[in-house]
Amino acid sequence: MGVLEIIKSQSLTYEQKVNLLAQAAENTVQVLNVPERTRQYFAQKVIDDLGEGAAPYRPRYILPDYKRFLENGSEFLQLNPPQDLDEALNALLILYRHVPSITTFPVYLGSLDELIEPYTEGVSDEELKKKLRLFLTYIDRTITDSFCHANLGPRETRTGRIILELERELQHAVPNLTLIYDPEVTSDDFLQEALYTSLFCANPAICNHVVNRGTYSVGYGVASCYNVLPLGGGGFTLSRVILARAARLATSIDDFFERVLPDVLTAMAEYMNERIRFIVEESGFFASSFLVNEGLIHSDRFVGMFGFVGLAEATNILLEGTGKRYGHDPEADDLAERIMMALDEFVDKFPALYSPLTGGRFMLHAQVGLSDDVGITPGVRIPVGEEPENLADQLRHAARFQRLITTGCSDIYPMETTARNNPQAMVDIVKGAVDLGVRYLAFYEENSDLVRITGYLVKRSEMEKYRNEQAVLQNTTRFGVDAFAVNKGAERKVRGV
Amino acid sequence: MTSAPINRIIPHSLVDGPGNRTAIFLQGCNLRCLYCHNPETQQLCRHCGLCVPECPAGALRMVGEQVVWDEARCAGCDTCISLCPHSSSPKVKYMTAAEVFAAVEGNIPFIRGLTVSGGECTLYPGFLTELFRLAQAQGLSCLLDTNGMVELAQFPALMDVCDGVMLDVKAWDVEVHSALTGSGNEPVKRNLRFLAEAGKIAELRVVCLPGEVDAEAVIQGIKDTIGSQVSRIRLKLIKFRKYGVRGRLAESESPAEEYMQALKAQAEALGFQDVVIR
Repeated sequence: MGVLEIIKSQSLTYEQKVNLLAQAAENTVQVLNVPERTRQYFAQKVIDDLGEGAAPYRPRYILPDYKRFLENGSEFLQLNPPQDLDEALNALLILYRHVPSITTFPVYLGSLDELIEPYTEGVSDEELKKKLRLFLTYIDRTITDSFCHANLGPRETRTGRIILELERELQHAVPNLTLIYDPEVTSDDFLQEALYTSLFCANPAICNHVVNRGTYSVGYGVASCYNVLPLGGGGFTLSRVILARAARLATSIDDFFERVLPDVLTAMAEYMNERIRFIVEESGFFASSFLVNEGLIHSDRFVGMFGFVGLAEATNILLEGTGKRYGHDPEADDLAERIMMALDEFVDKFPALYSPLTGGRFMLHAQVGLSDDVGITPGVRIPVGEEPENLADQLRHAARFQRLITTGCSDIYPMETTARNNPQAMVDIVKGAVDLGVRYLAFYEENSDLVRITGYLVKRSEMEKYRNEQAVLQNTTRFGVDAFAVNKGAERKVRGV
Repeated sequence: MTSAPINRIIPHSLVDGPGNRTAIFLQGCNLRCLYCHNPETQQLCRHCGLCVPECPAGALRMVGEQVVWDEARCAGCDTCISLCPHSSSPKVKYMTAAEVFAAVEGNIPFIRGLTVSGGECTLYPGFLTELFRLAQAQGLSCLLDTNGMVELAQFPALMDVCDGVMLDVKAWDVEVHSALTGSGNEPVKRNLRFLAEAGKIAELRVVCLPGEVDAEAVIQGIKDTIGSQVSRIRLKLIKFRKYGVRGRLAESESPAEEYMQALKAQAEALGFQDVVIR
């Protein structure tokens, strides 16, 4: 969109215009050193940086240590440590306003139940519900971008239960919610309540704590589109390789592994290092942000997210002519696993700048796509329309291919409405999946107004408004309109009987 | 090992008992309910061959005197079922308990158990006993879904490996039951008493359709038979729905929500504590 086009648009809100104009301004300067070969891969759309901008002036994703903030208050924000529920909720809302990210909105709001629960002693259920309703409504109406994510659990708390009740009632797209599920800690009852809730408002999704908890020594949060990132840090940058297009550059399977993939991955990794170098050394972010000065984030807790999409199509392209399909034939899945091993091996060896937390390595991320990714399936998912007949096969496949993805992957399962009558069945499915090592699962009810596009939530009714060229509150509705169509979201296999 | 005619196996069913379960539907029934919503499960195939030339996918053929179904070719259009004058289906496979269990096993660990339904599954007690033994050995719970016309007290070995029975009580007055199903209901009442004493009732169900079903009498009759046990047993009041129904009730409307609520209130007044309307 050109600058004047942004200014004159009648389907953008004022806030959306300001953000797009900021992006346009950023893109007028060229500060990154990008070699010719890399530019060529960008032009061929083999790799891209998800439009992160030409001069990064903040890390892509930031996960402040909200617990520390509540304990200490903030000198910069002139806030004393909160003493009661009102002060705690108010303090959080104030800090959210000041947490930068690639979207300009906070992508991580913290573990809401654990943060708020200590302030609820002596507060009645009714009163707590009213205050949380206002808190959540403020978030939904002012953080107008559903890449914003909050966490619940793993422990069951009164605050957690009331938030789930409110979610069913409020039908908010923001924040995206994840229940951190630990079979040792989370009660079956709380898991069931969470899954039941997801059949009314597509929230929360389920994160398998058992397989994710060892990712970082400092703990993790789930941010934006289910990115598993270090607490008190975050993600510097996220670039991605479109494996399907890389496969098209290869003349054979051997050529893909020996020549194409190493070259493409090296180009992308060097590009990511260049972005990280600029953020850390030149942007001044870590030298000036009060979040750093007050110990809410630490520059040594950020990681580079090494994204990829279209494992399914890459596999199918490399096996063209054999009729073997990803997700169905053992030979195809074995080849796909070889690609995963190659990605893992690459990030294990390539030195990532300023990433001490991960031993100087990038972290694999199953990216979920952009709205112009026609015919390219997110991450390691099986393409829509080709899902195995039996849900057990799809979940086993997810467990196998999510194994090496440390910093975010998921699959989405629309459920028949009847599932609401038997949420225990959802508990059984999730427990089985967690047992097998599935890292992250998301459900929604087939006719739900709130639908999960790729990782974020959008309302079908809002998309309809946007299609009719009306301005809509949530920024992400714009992305959702195309992405839901491109991802064939409406054609996903509905599970249940 | 004993074989049984299998109409269908649903790997993950959300509607056949608590939790996620694999549901197995056996072919053949000893009742002819007017409101049956899967009448094609009532009878075994007579191999008359009427469906064979009508199959658009060419998935049916006569081999000697037998209709043979080619599963790989079948498009699942159900033309054969809609044409069958005998309330049957050519798409039924005879499978041993081990073969059926092999199909169930792949769904572990996502299921908590299996439910066998029909048709009328208790027509095959030997098969059920073998299947449940295999399933229980893998930690799966095993439920029967039955019309109660086969006296389960006759099969102690089956009862030993059965975790619970979901029992239909279709009508209470013998005349009403007979008009609705073609048979009297003395075995159902004896099963109700027997299963209650054995602590094996997983759920009681009544399909409700005023004028055809004496649901009020069913609820009262259950209370009179099993007494205070009603407080511990789920009662499912199912609205009649016309989908799949053939014959006189094919166009009948579902009962009103007020009627269902009144039945629920009646049951709760009698001491039922878990009454659901579906």
